[in-house]
Amino acid sequence: MENVQTTTEQQAPKFSVGIDLGTTHCVLSYVDTTNEEARVEVLPIQQLTAPGTVETRSQLGSFLYQPHEHEMNPSSRVLPWSSEPTALVGAIARNLGSKTPIRLIASAKSWLCHGGVNRRDAFLPAGSPEEVEKVSPLRATELYLEHLKNAWDHANPSYPLTEQDVTITVPASFDPAARDLTAEAARNIGLAHLTLLEEPQAALYNWIDNSNDKWRDEVSVGDIVLVVDIGGGTTDLSLVEVTEEDGNLTLNRIAVGEHILLGGDNMDLALAYRLKMKLAQDGKELQPWQVQAMTHACRDAKEALLNDADLQAVPIVVPSRGSKLLGATLKTELTQQEVQQTLVDGFFPKVAVTEHPVQRNRGALTQMGLPYAQDAGITRHIAAFLTKQANALSGNDASPAQEYNPFAGMPGMGDAPTQSADFIKPTAILFNGGVLKSTLLANRLEETINEWLIDADSEMAQRLSGVDLDLAVASGASYYGSVRRGHGVRIRGGIASSYYVGIESAMPAIPGMAPPMEALCVAPFGMEEGSSVDVPSQEFGLIIGQPVNFQFFGSTTRRDDLAGTHLDHWAPEELEELPEIQVTLPVSEGRREGEVVPVTLASRVTELGTLYLEAIAADNGQKWHVEFDVREDASSSETTDQA
Amino acid sequence: MTFDLQMIPQTFDMLHAGLAASSVLLLLIAVSRKSTVVEKVIEKPVEKIVEVEKPVEKIVEVEKVVEVEKVIEKIVEVESKLATASTDSAMQLLSIMQQEARLIDFLKEDLTSFSDDEVGAAARVIHTGGQKVLNDYVTLEHIRTEDEETRITVAEGFNPQEIRLTGNVTGQAPFNGTLVHKGWKASSMNLPKLAENYDASVIAPAEVEL
Repeated sequence: MENVQTTTEQQAPKFSVGIDLGTTHCVLSYVDTTNEEARVEVLPIQQLTAPGTVETRSQLGSFLYQPHEHEMNPSSRVLPWSSEPTALVGAIARNLGSKTPIRLIASAKSWLCHGGVNRRDAFLPAGSPEEVEKVSPLRATELYLEHLKNAWDHANPSYPLTEQDVTITVPASFDPAARDLTAEAARNIGLAHLTLLEEPQAALYNWIDNSNDKWRDEVSVGDIVLVVDIGGGTTDLSLVEVTEEDGNLTLNRIAVGEHILLGGDNMDLALAYRLKMKLAQDGKELQPWQVQAMTHACRDAKEALLNDADLQAVPIVVPSRGSKLLGATLKTELTQQEVQQTLVDGFFPKVAVTEHPVQRNRGALTQMGLPYAQDAGITRHIAAFLTKQANALSGNDASPAQEYNPFAGMPGMGDAPTQSADFIKPTAILFNGGVLKSTLLANRLEETINEWLIDADSEMAQRLSGVDLDLAVASGASYYGSVRRGHGVRIRGGIASSYYVGIESAMPAIPGMAPPMEALCVAPFGMEEGSSVDVPSQEFGLIIGQPVNFQFFGSTTRRDDLAGTHLDHWAPEELEELPEIQVTLPVSEGRREGEVVPVTLASRVTELGTLYLEAIAADNGQKWHVEFDVREDASSSETTDQA
Repeated sequence: MTFDLQMIPQTFDMLHAGLAASSVLLLLIAVSRKSTVVEKVIEKPVEKIVEVEKPVEKIVEVEKVVEVEKVIEKIVEVESKLATASTDSAMQLLSIMQQEARLIDFLKEDLTSFSDDEVGAAARVIHTGGQKVLNDYVTLEHIRTEDEETRITVAEGFNPQEIRLTGNVTGQAPFNGTLVHKGWKASSMNLPKLAENYDASVIAPAEVEL
């Protein structure tokens, strides 16, 4: 910690830079830390939009295109800082990819947190012909960051990005492996002063920054802020509690939601398919490219209709592909009613708080694709989150989760002996993400949440406003940089999950039954950056020279387990299985291959915000790093072979 | 005054004296300008090559050219007033309008056989696309903000390129009249940057689906 501070003082980064590494768009914002008056600004990013054409946009599309060797002249692949860009990212990738999807890599971020695949394996674009050059989700992330870095360095030649304080945002729901990989991507392009920040927190920081210190008047002790971030590809949820410490208001992030792959892009697609069906009734069949063009047109029409309730309909035209425009152009219209039904009622249905997303068991085959949310009802996802976190308040120490429930693990018995309508009641709501720019959708969401609160005899939640929904995350991230230097309030929270390794119970084998698993808590909920714990009691025998895999679990509801807590039973919803973790003990320090070493585990949360697990030899204290992202996992390489 | 192009001037009158004086003046200007240029041209060869004869030769040559230049100069003056914009950005704009609004496709098509309904559908393509182009690349504003068909006053010292007076144009500023059209002015225009060897004459590439 002290070392970190002295190095920052020596080089004294001038800017605090925030990078919102989104599923569909990246934004870079910065603030001059040497100037007290300076406000957060967004960097205009130069990028190719078509071969040979460079434009400046405030966002960089998170898309990567792998062109065919004859597709473009080398001379038309230029950027202001390079005549040989390593990759085509941004608007050009999206534009070219819309017509040649087999060469387009999208949603690399969702792959980065997909436990079912090896995230260092070059397999994207998934399912494309062998000839197309493949990259890994990690490498794609690196390329987006590299473009941002070059754009920054081009605009600020005397302050290279590698020497600035950089905060990269990640979804609150990212697992430790995905966070590690994001940090690794940033390190690979040379970012030295790096911190990770959860996106909903970044949005809240932006709100604090924009309120000019008036935020203390808008919330008070005991308030619970629900942050709902609905972006292009994902929905992220967090709960932040307002508490008091030494007479000052402090913010405490108490819970985060699951990773929900559901966002604005789903909405555009839903509208396009609705229109496709409407046209099919008139006997007009649409080609795939027409559906694509229609999705585009629906995006603009949707925004117009959602922001103006008096507007009855917006015409949608899909021009012909050929040069004959007349006669071949398809025209239809998107009506206010259709938008209402598809988006407002489809994505934000008015449901009771007890209605949760329907989970069907997926077939094994879906493992190869991204685990898109099956239920489009965002309100149902929020209801499930609030219900799951019913006991998240720090005051509720006697949480029922601690009660012994012998039936908890059995199907059909349920896990909640508590009454069904129990849920955590937010007193304030902060919206973020492009989707909620629409007043109609934001109002519907606010109404629905308030209805739940009224039904539960609670007060209505107040809506916090004053953030730019597209740029808030990046701006909040750069503001966080100055918070870390001691200006302004810091949201506390630590890790949003407790983590466990699975161990087989020592009991006599029963034929036909796998030995029951026990879970050992290795990192307790809320561990803060810079802290570490040893996991007492349990010793493992590890064999030198062989990789050892552990089952790994996370829980966002078990907040009171200390490191070393043994669980021999848990409700199926309580612990979520994460990808396996692995430790390899090399032959060193006089140890021979095949020797069994007794080790204990220790965990710490780095200053960066990532979790770090170590195995420590019980005899001489030698340490080995436990990897989250298993490199040569048999099952994942099989998956990619098939894909 | 009568013009007779057949007539040869009999006397060296004031008009001819003036003409002669001005042509001598122009000649002098041309020579003095050219000679400064020549000096510059000379400097470099002198530094590198120590032959004196050649630069002298050049001066002689230039002097010969000057006589021709007397004629050329008049043409040059006309050209310099009518600046021609580079065609690249115009073609780039056409390309953008084609890409976003299918403008060329529409204008190149024969509309006679199509119904107004079909033309209307195509017009929507042009309108939505064209509007997007204008929003993205051009900042447009009205020159006058008053309502059209109302009486306005045009103050003294107005820019005649921005405000055109029509009808009963007499008297002195300030002028009072009816605002017929508010006018448009592009306060800024930011077209995408192009790669160095980019061929702007390709308005839209031919597309081949494999």
